[in-house]
Amino acid sequence: MQTKDVIIEKLTAAFAPESLNVLDESDQHKGHSGHRPGGQTHFRVYIVANAFAGKTRIARHRMINEALEAEIKGGVHALAIHATAPGEGSA
Amino acid sequence: MSINQFIDNEVKSNDVVLFMKGTPQFPQCGFSGQLVQILDYLGTPYKGINVLESGELREGIKAYTQWPTIPQLYVKGEFVGGCDIVREMFQAGELQTLLKEKGLTVQGNAVA
Repeated sequence: MQTKDVIIEKLTAAFAPESLNVLDESDQHKGHSGHRPGGQTHFRVYIVANAFAGKTRIARHRMINEALEAEIKGGVHALAIHATAPGEGSA
Repeated sequence: MSINQFIDNEVKSNDVVLFMKGTPQFPQCGFSGQLVQILDYLGTPYKGINVLESGELREGIKAYTQWPTIPQLYVKGEFVGGCDIVREMFQAGELQTLLKEKGLTVQGNAVA
């Protein structure tokens, strides 16, 4: 299974998001020390979920980092996060 | 001194500390480089600490705040955030407000 699909599956299970978009941006980081052949190292997550309502930015990132702990400790080198609650504007 | 004590000492004895990959003069990661640009733009003095100099430090800083990624910005002993959070705060003017509230210099009326 592609890392992107694992990320989508885990975030969906953890937060039942209203919307979720995961981009694999690994190709933009070719030549950078964190990039590996085959990619799947750099991701960007746009997620809108009720679970983030009333939470600080740090708390939201921690929630996502915990859900994806295995991936971050594994091959994922970078994870850009845009986490909002419904009604907060664009993620 | 353990790595945790070293980090704790750096965070508490410097007003603004950026744990990063590379140095402020030569960032070795785009995410670290973004925060250097923001801090340089604001003109707030800060200390950059290169985590690539030591594997112990690189892992130690992740454990220190239970935050799995680098860069990490600390102001007056408090963890502010990583790249995304600090950039969002800067764009919203919240970083400038935070620094001023902590009594730190922010150049002019720097806004995003």
